[in-house]
Amino acid sequence: MQTSEQTSRRNFIKIAAAAGGGLFLGFNWLNSSALPVVVDAKKVAAGSVNFNSYLSIGTDNVITIISPNPEIGQGIKTAFPMVVAEELDADWKQVKTVQGNLDTGIYERQVTGGSGAVPHSWERLRKAGATARYLLVEAAAAQWNVPASECTTENGKVWHRTSGKSLSYGELAEAASKMPAPTEVKLKKESDFKLIGQSVRNVDNNNIATGKPLFGLDVYREGMLFAMIQRPKAFGLKLKSVNSEAAKAMPGIVDVVTFENSVAVVGKSTWQVKKAKDALKIEYEKAAELESSADHNRIFQQLMENGEATVRRKNGDVDTAFKNAAKVIKSEYQCPFLPHSPLEPMNFFAHVREDGVELIGPTQTPERARTEVAKLTGIAPEKITVEITRQGGGFGRRLAADFVLEAANVSKLVKAPVKVIWTREDDMTGGIYRPAVRYRFEAALDKSGELIGYKLRGVGMNSGNSTREDNFPSGSVENLLIDSVEYKSPITTGPWRAPITNFLAYAEQSFLDEVAEAAGKDPVEFRLALLEKAKKSPVGDIKYDVDRMIDVIKLAAEKSKWGKKKGVYQGFSVYFSHRSYVAQVGEVVMEKGKPVLKNVIAAVDCGIVINKSGSLQQVRGGVVDGLGHAMYGNMTFKDGAPDQRNFNGFRLIRMNDIPEVDVHFVDNGISPTGLGEPALPPAGGAVANAFYKATKQRLRNQPFINEEAFKGIS
Amino acid sequence: MAAYNLSVNGKKVKVDVEPDMPLLWVVRDFAGLKGTKFGCGMALCGACTVHVNGQPARSCQTPVSSIGKNDKITTIEGIGDGKLSIIQKAWIEEQVPQCGYCQSGQIMSAVALLKSNASPTDADIDSAMSGNLCRCGTYDRIRKAIHRAAAEMKVSEAGIGKM
Repeated sequence: MQTSEQTSRRNFIKIAAAAGGGLFLGFNWLNSSALPVVVDAKKVAAGSVNFNSYLSIGTDNVITIISPNPEIGQGIKTAFPMVVAEELDADWKQVKTVQGNLDTGIYERQVTGGSGAVPHSWERLRKAGATARYLLVEAAAAQWNVPASECTTENGKVWHRTSGKSLSYGELAEAASKMPAPTEVKLKKESDFKLIGQSVRNVDNNNIATGKPLFGLDVYREGMLFAMIQRPKAFGLKLKSVNSEAAKAMPGIVDVVTFENSVAVVGKSTWQVKKAKDALKIEYEKAAELESSADHNRIFQQLMENGEATVRRKNGDVDTAFKNAAKVIKSEYQCPFLPHSPLEPMNFFAHVREDGVELIGPTQTPERARTEVAKLTGIAPEKITVEITRQGGGFGRRLAADFVLEAANVSKLVKAPVKVIWTREDDMTGGIYRPAVRYRFEAALDKSGELIGYKLRGVGMNSGNSTREDNFPSGSVENLLIDSVEYKSPITTGPWRAPITNFLAYAEQSFLDEVAEAAGKDPVEFRLALLEKAKKSPVGDIKYDVDRMIDVIKLAAEKSKWGKKKGVYQGFSVYFSHRSYVAQVGEVVMEKGKPVLKNVIAAVDCGIVINKSGSLQQVRGGVVDGLGHAMYGNMTFKDGAPDQRNFNGFRLIRMNDIPEVDVHFVDNGISPTGLGEPALPPAGGAVANAFYKATKQRLRNQPFINEEAFKGIS
Repeated sequence: MAAYNLSVNGKKVKVDVEPDMPLLWVVRDFAGLKGTKFGCGMALCGACTVHVNGQPARSCQTPVSSIGKNDKITTIEGIGDGKLSIIQKAWIEEQVPQCGYCQSGQIMSAVALLKSNASPTDADIDSAMSGNLCRCGTYDRIRKAIHRAAAEMKVSEAGIGKM
């Protein structure tokens, strides 16, 4: 039975020891060219050797693989161990996966973000499995006194086929751990993969379906207190005074403490602290501008015309190109702020003691959590442990450590183990949003409809650079200027699934549709022609793989029978982000005079697909997420306070809203890249372009539902 | 504060809490059953769905005082008689969960749907399940899992009772 669990490293060592020893491999996560180091099992069991990461084979044949990266639903806790097990030729049924805790001595990049875990770890995971396999074969060959080259491996056993002998990995583990480590190992050919590419179940499925306590919110420790925090109700306010008398007198309340601009109510149960929090009487004063969405719209207009722009990319001479143009197309696109809305609200456990800190909870960046808590408490990082729980979504929100710091602050003040829990309202109004942004695109066409000039200006809020200047169509246009203007808002912002590109891709791909139409060209042909140009005579640096982009476009066109379906209005979109290439076709049909989105066809190049099941769902989920937020996602502000506070004001996509999503992967044998993000950016454009085909109305602002073209439709 | 004698998953649970405490927090903080999730606190997301006498209820909006003496509460931990139920098996077979946080509530809503409609169409499923949010977008597999469970129930001698 395939099993998985959350465990602390200490527990893991205990489990390993209880299993009676076996082969332990510390595999080097720090350097993918280095081979794993074999370590004496007894030393591991005693916990006295400082390793990188562990693959252990027990004498009972249980193979334990630790997955060090936070699991937020992207499937890493299944995919990582699959890669190790593949090269090991393990029997997947005997693999037990364990969530690793933060350990910077062992792991590198223990982060969930940027769709980067798989590309970062692919080679080192394979080498870990292959090295163990090598040692097991050597041990068997020595025991049978036959050449290792005559031995094969399959399903957790080493075989000597000519003599018919076999030994299980568990039987060989001890002896294998004493064999000299290889200086290099051979990795499998892609065509020999047995596990990689299969549909493997998420290793926590049984625990999820039976309601086991896996998540941060489920963490409970003896003597733990619950805390809820009142933060300023608007961005730009600071704390002036607190009257906590009524709150303190309520049942179950232990204390009310204040730090920075936060007031924390601490007590014995969640509901009691929630009620007491509502009874706080707090006065605030103004510390910065209290911005409203109307201010943002005005700021966007002003900065678009008169802002001080930073040039991001410049090729050729745009002024001359636009002067000589036969046709100029100009459009602006805008999106609002968005909360991340993971279904598990922010929460974290902290126990700050004099001699150390215990942190447990859902974080995408355990190392940042530790660093910031070390700074706050003055306690050295080596005395701070971070246990990573399964996480009810992240979408970038748990890259911040604000909620970890809150837990540490409260625990420090009340000198007890504390879990901070955010309500949905706290989660939605507590800040760190996808910022609003506005783009202006301009294109110059010559008489024959060739794109001779292209301009993009992004006006961003707290985004650094709201453009991705080297993305397509850069490299295919002779004269190009991409610049950006920044505005600093007191509303806090941060990365949101596919940062920047989650809206930029839609705006760009919608604009290219406008340009193709003005040029009198088919949108797919138009993009392919540009890419052919980029291939033959590239303009400046090209940071995407032109051929891979062409391939996904062709695959999406083929699978969707582009332009050949009667009564179906198709829209095209293609985007390269987070190292993967995704093309999508949205399909709209008219039903009773209204446009209905029926299908999205996605062609995806993420290199080798590790887990077919997980990958399909990352793409489907990415499309649904991209579509849902393009359609409904809207966060507005009045005097610095968000207008939306829960899922009644803020609409998320529901089951009855979703189209069919048909996914096709490119099979090219290239090393895998991430999938947590890349399927999201193209979704809005594919749908908006299909909507245009059906209605002749362009959707230039998100959410679509607020657009004039949508009135009376949804 | 008041004392309540509850029946949760067939077991007696005695709690001394405020009458307005939602069943969600009674179950999580006092009965120690963490499978029922907190998502919104306003019956908007369905993550907290439990059954009261077999009927689905949003436990975040169900004050403990509204639970009668003879009412039977069932949570995700209580379906399946200690074994995997047909619907849980279907969830696993169809590989539904991504992050998994909403799935307890989804399963509880699906069980209630199948009890009232043993052969739901896609439209029936959409209508019964659209109160349950899934932020990862697993909706298509939820639909498939419900269809699979419905088919399994028909061939299973155990039928609905073991669901």
